[in-house]
Amino acid sequence: MKNNLFRQLVATPAGAGAFLLLAALYFAAALAPFLAPYSVSEQDLTRTYHPPCRLLWKDGRVHVQLYWNKDRTASAYEPVAGQTAPVAFFVPTQKNEKILGFIPCAWRFFSVEHPARIYLLGSDSTGRDVFSRLLYGAQISLSIGLIGICITFFLGICVGGLAGYFGGIFDHAAMRLTEWLMAIPGLYLLLSLRSALSSKFSDSGQIYIMIVLILSLLGWAGTARVIRGLTLSLRNRTFVQASEALGQTPWRILWLHLLPNLFSYLVVSATLSIPGYILGEAALSFLGIGIQEPSSSWGLMLSQAQEMKVFMLNFWWLLTPGAAIVTTVILFNILGDRLRDIVDPKFRMTP
Amino acid sequence: MLLGISLLVFFLMNLAPGDFLTPIKAQRDISPEYIASLEKEFGLNEPWYWQYALWLKHVAACDFGYSWSYKIPVTELLAQRAPATLLLSLCSLVFSWLIAIPLGVVAAIYKGSIFDRATSWLAYFSLSLPEFFLALLAVYFAAQTGWFPTGGLTSFDFEFLSLAGQLKDMAWHLVLPTVVMGVGNVAALMRVMRANFLDSIRAEFVTAARSKGLSENQIMFRHVLRNAINPLITTLGFSFSSLLSGALLVENVMNYPGLGQLTYQAFLREDAFVVLGAVVLGSLMLVAGNLLADLLLAWSDPRIRHEK
Repeated sequence: MKNNLFRQLVATPAGAGAFLLLAALYFAAALAPFLAPYSVSEQDLTRTYHPPCRLLWKDGRVHVQLYWNKDRTASAYEPVAGQTAPVAFFVPTQKNEKILGFIPCAWRFFSVEHPARIYLLGSDSTGRDVFSRLLYGAQISLSIGLIGICITFFLGICVGGLAGYFGGIFDHAAMRLTEWLMAIPGLYLLLSLRSALSSKFSDSGQIYIMIVLILSLLGWAGTARVIRGLTLSLRNRTFVQASEALGQTPWRILWLHLLPNLFSYLVVSATLSIPGYILGEAALSFLGIGIQEPSSSWGLMLSQAQEMKVFMLNFWWLLTPGAAIVTTVILFNILGDRLRDIVDPKFRMTP
Repeated sequence: MLLGISLLVFFLMNLAPGDFLTPIKAQRDISPEYIASLEKEFGLNEPWYWQYALWLKHVAACDFGYSWSYKIPVTELLAQRAPATLLLSLCSLVFSWLIAIPLGVVAAIYKGSIFDRATSWLAYFSLSLPEFFLALLAVYFAAQTGWFPTGGLTSFDFEFLSLAGQLKDMAWHLVLPTVVMGVGNVAALMRVMRANFLDSIRAEFVTAARSKGLSENQIMFRHVLRNAINPLITTLGFSFSSLLSGALLVENVMNYPGLGQLTYQAFLREDAFVVLGAVVLGSLMLVAGNLLADLLLAWSDPRIRHEK
C-alpha cells in the first residue's frame, strides 16, 4: 500500500518535482554545518546590511567580488573594481559542529580567506550571513512540522479513534472538547499558552520543544474529529465485528484493523497540515515569542526585517526567509494535493 | 462557550509568572496600603478560581476591569480598538467576496481555459502565502513607492481634516491592510465558488431551465449562481475566525490600531484584564459572525427556512 502510493506519486511530474525539491530542502537543512560558510551567530559589525556578493570566474576558479562601505549610516556598499577573493572549496575548520547532532563535521563546503567574507544572500543588521542563517533556520522551521504532526496524529488517533470506537459518553465529551478548542481563535490561544508556559522553559532547545507542543495541542482537535468520523463508519463493518467476536482488545482492533484502513487518509492529511505548523512557528517567532536569538528560524529572521531601515533602503535580501517559507508551503501543498488525487480521485480539482 | 474560553484564558494567564501589579509594586511613590487594597479588590492573594469568580462578577456589571498599562478602563480601551478591527475585517470580507465570486464564476463558465488555469495557479500561490509575509511585502512596497502609507489608520494631521478628508485619509490607510488580509480569503473562496458552480451547472434544474428556452445569462445568474452561493455563506462564519487570527499578525506588522495589536501588547505587559476583555470580545465577534452567516443562509436558501 505504502510503496504503491509512493510509486504513483513519483509517476506524475508535479508530484515527483515537489518530492525531490522538498527532499533537497531537508537534506540541505540537515547538512547546514557543512554547507553554510559561517556559523549561526558569527557577526561582523563592520559589514552590516552587506548586499549579496557577486561571483566571478577568474584565473580558472570562482572569485567573490569585494565591496567597501561607502556610507556607514546608510550601509551603502560599492564594489571595488578589480579586487576579488578566491573561493575555496572543502575548507577544514576548527569549529566543532555536528551534522544531525552526532556526525562530526570538520569541513566547510566553501569559504573565503579571513578578512574577506562571502555573503551569498547578503548580511543582516549585525553582519551575520543570511545564507548561513537560512540553512540553520531551516533545521528548526522544517523539523517542527514533522515532529508536530507526529504528536498531533498520536493524540488525534487516540482520542478520535477511541471516541469513534466506544461512542457514548466518552464520544460526547471528546467531541464537545474539540468543538470548544476549535472555537477559540487560534493565535489568541497560542499567545496565552505561550505566556503560561514561558516560565518553565528558558533555553533555546526547550523553547523549541515548547513551540512544538503548543502547535500540536492546537492542531489535534480537527484531526481527532475526522478520525472519529472515519472510525464510526468503519466500526460496523464485518471485519471489525469479526475481530470483536474473536475477542481482541479494542486497542488492538484500533491499531491493527482500523488504522491501516485510515492510512491513506492520514498520509494525505499529514502532508496538507505540515504547512500549518511551519507557518505557526514562523508566526510565533515573527512576533518575538518563538525561537529566540541567537538561534535562527525563518520567522525570526523575518521579524528582523521589520525595521523601517530595511524598507527604506531596499535591503530586499532580508526578505528571503519569507520566500523560503512560501516555497516550502507550496511544495507541501502540491505534494498533498497529488497524494489526495491518488488516494481519492473524487476530490480532483482540475479534471 | 464564552465562559469556557475566558476560564481557560484566565487559568493560563495565571500560570504565567508575576501579575499586573508587579510593575506598580516596583514604583516607589505608590503606598503599600493602596497596593494591599487593590490586591484585596481583585482577590490576588486568593486562588485563581476565586479571582475568576470575582472577575465574572465585575463583568456581569459590564466592568471589564482597569488597564494598568494604558491607565484607562478596559471597556473604554476596547471601545476604541474594536471598531478598527471590525472595519478592517468587514472591508477585507467585502473585498474578497467582490473579487472571488466573479473570478470563480468566470473560471467555472470557461472551465479549462487559460483564464481558469491562471486563476487556479494564482489561488494556489496566494493560499500558500503567509499573511505576515504579505504584510511585510506590502509595507516594503509602500515604503519603496510611497504610493500608500506604511502603517496606522490615520495620518498625523487627521484631527485637522474635514469630514470628507478624514474619510478619504482612513480609506487610503485601509487599502493595503484590506488587500493583505483579503488575498488568502479570495483564493479560498474562489476555489469553493468554482467547484460549487461546476456542481450546480450539472444539476437537473439547469437542464430543465435550458429546455424551457431560458437565455444562457438567465440560467447562469438567476439559477446557478443563487444555488452555488449557499455553501459560501456557510464559510462566512469560519472566515471570521481566520480573519481575527490574521488580524493579530497583520495589525502588528502594519501598526494598525486594532484589537489584535492591543491583545499582543497587553500580553507582553501581562495586562490580564485587557487580554481577557479582548479575547472575550474576539470570541463574541466570532459567535456573532456565525449567527449572521446562519441568518443569511436562511434568507438566501428557502429550503433551510421551511425546514422544521
